[in-house]
Amino acid sequence: MTLLSIENLSLSIRGTPVLRDVSLTVASGEILGVIGESGSGKSLTAFSVLQLLPEGSACEGRVKLLGRDVLAMSEPDLCAMRGREVGMVFQEPMTALNPVQTIGAQVAETILIHEPKTRKSEAMKRAAQALTRCELPQNKFPLSRYPHEMSGGQRQRVVIAMAIALQPKLLIADEPTTALDVTTQAEILALLTRLVREDGMGLMLISHDLAVVTDMAHRIAIMKDGEVVETGGINLHHTMKHPYTKALFEASGHHPDRSAAPQETALLEVKGATRDYSLPRKSLFGAADTFRAVDNVSFQIRRGESLGLVGESGCGKSTLTRAILGLEPLQGGSILLDGQPVGPEVRRKMQVVFQDPYGSFNPRHKVGRLVAEPFHLLNRKASSAEVDEALTSVGLLASDQHKYIHEFSGGQRQRIAIARALIIKPELIVLDEAVSALDVSIRAQILDLLADLSDKFGLTYLFISHDLSVVRAITDRCLVMKAGKIVEEGETEHLFTMPSHHYTQTLIAAAPRLPGA
Amino acid sequence: MRSLIFGLALTAVFALVAALSFLWTPYDVTVLEIANKLKPPSVAHWFGTDHFGRDIFSMIMVGARTSIAVAVVAVGIGMGLGVPLGLAAAARKGSLLDEVIMRGNDLIFAFPSLLIAILITAIFGPSAVNAIIAIGIFNIPVFARLTRGAALSLWTRDYVLAARVAGKGAVRISIEHILPNVANLLIVQGTIQFSLGILAEAALSYVGLGAQPPTPSWGRMLADAQTLIALAPHVALFPGFAILFTVLGLNLAGDGLRDVLDPKLRVQR
Repeated sequence: MTLLSIENLSLSIRGTPVLRDVSLTVASGEILGVIGESGSGKSLTAFSVLQLLPEGSACEGRVKLLGRDVLAMSEPDLCAMRGREVGMVFQEPMTALNPVQTIGAQVAETILIHEPKTRKSEAMKRAAQALTRCELPQNKFPLSRYPHEMSGGQRQRVVIAMAIALQPKLLIADEPTTALDVTTQAEILALLTRLVREDGMGLMLISHDLAVVTDMAHRIAIMKDGEVVETGGINLHHTMKHPYTKALFEASGHHPDRSAAPQETALLEVKGATRDYSLPRKSLFGAADTFRAVDNVSFQIRRGESLGLVGESGCGKSTLTRAILGLEPLQGGSILLDGQPVGPEVRRKMQVVFQDPYGSFNPRHKVGRLVAEPFHLLNRKASSAEVDEALTSVGLLASDQHKYIHEFSGGQRQRIAIARALIIKPELIVLDEAVSALDVSIRAQILDLLADLSDKFGLTYLFISHDLSVVRAITDRCLVMKAGKIVEEGETEHLFTMPSHHYTQTLIAAAPRLPGA
Repeated sequence: MRSLIFGLALTAVFALVAALSFLWTPYDVTVLEIANKLKPPSVAHWFGTDHFGRDIFSMIMVGARTSIAVAVVAVGIGMGLGVPLGLAAAARKGSLLDEVIMRGNDLIFAFPSLLIAILITAIFGPSAVNAIIAIGIFNIPVFARLTRGAALSLWTRDYVLAARVAGKGAVRISIEHILPNVANLLIVQGTIQFSLGILAEAALSYVGLGAQPPTPSWGRMLADAQTLIALAPHVALFPGFAILFTVLGLNLAGDGLRDVLDPKLRVQR
């Protein structure tokens, strides 16, 4: 039975067309995967169903939910529909929950809004049931918990419990696992699949990640620039016709060509590095506890090598990165770059690219000044020829140096970040989740650029990521980190095909795979 | 943009009036003409006369000098000391320096500002200069706290990390990266403090601790007019309007300036 049918939906916001002629259907018990890159209109399509659109939006076409036209419904009718017939799961579990309310109150709220005659105790009982169904049993996660007492994955379960508390017919999940670790992602996806099967719900799963969607969806729609370019079943990778779909599959499994071979000499040596943080005292006279973020870590990076460092959030990889960059003191061990301890002298041999292309730049400076910042290490100003060269080597124009950073897209900003890292010709570049925030096609371009630059300048990379497919694509050797320790180390291909440590095996098993990859 | 032009124009009018008063005023404000007292506005006296027969228009011109000077210098003291203190506290968060600076601020905040002003004037004698110092001291913690709070969140940004990787020290990062990004807040707070400064000077003069007679100030004029409000409302009205429009002009100018300084908004326009 068709639950939701979107027919020729066009949406414009303040006169700018955003969606064109979108047609999709979701049946009961069916999982529709909607895939697209940022700006493709996939989230706005979902919000059109709920009519939660920004001011100045105008919809044309038809959105039929359970036989009723959503576009013709009045606001009170829409309010009655939202949450009862359609549940929504958001991307960021940190912000989707109210930090000052208990999880029980938040789940019960959905019930109380739609069934105001329910007694509070009754609503709480049903909230407990919903949470239990989302694998948050009452003996371990009572209703009185606050969101900050839970992990990201557990919070996402609370968000899902809120969405399914009234057993809606349709569930919309907008990038429900993007903010989560791979193993947590696998659990949340399994939970969603189970709920869909048990309740016979329709699920509209929106994601930028082909692998996540192809793993669990029954049908897939690919969106680009506000249009659905292709729809298909689970065997889409065989039946795909549209060039964009093909490009998307190609980019998702992209392996850049690298030719440079690592030399035998070690560039960076980490020996027994240990970093402790002191925790707040529990009592006035008790000794302060310490938390060991990095525990006796040792490894080497050879010249010209690309080394991957994989681990889930909280495993200590960011702390280790900062320690390598000389931004965090160590409590034990040493970090040597080219045989010397990290200090002002050797800093110039090392640069960094951060994850967030939006937070990496001072918004008040022009690109030319931003890119030239590392010249501080050389105690001189960058010549304009050097800035030109850095920008052109990452595929930007020399004239871009006169612009401000907000005039660039995420992918361009990441190129600028790489230009900033390259400009003083360092030997080691630390890439801290450098492609994690990018769309797949942009990510493929940046990976190609990195491979190309390492061939050209003989660069050494330390590639830190939670994304296994990316690490596999670009690194020669790989470290797996868990709870502050390196649990496994080996040649990347070998490590991925024959993981020996059980944690590595779990990680690799949890990672969603592209069909045919 | 419109608010900036309007605000700047309004502020400029008062600044010009204050400057002009050095060269020329319609009447001499030190000469009393009791026979002419409490005259309503007329062609000869645009804003009327006060209870000593002085021309209110001339007094507002001369009073603008005191009021604007007090506010400018007081905000200058507050910003000049408070902002570097706030930047230093944020750069060394959790250190002894941070504690000393912030607890010092708490100390100043803990005293009622008028009380300290009275204390200062009791020791050094009432004058406009002492009023400026008293008001200035109370602006320091306002700016120090604001700067520290905003700077703390900026210190965790990736671009600050990138600057540290580029080997830049705390002072340089504070000046190059932190200060430009807290500037918009400081400008807005500055205009608010500027208005509060004018009001504080009025308050101090009102209780007789600010500018001393015969130097007119807007606050003194209001204070003198208070008992006459039923008899001759214009005596209170005009200095009141002068304060109102200066504060309005400054607030509009501050808002506009903040938008103009933001490169993002600049391009969108």
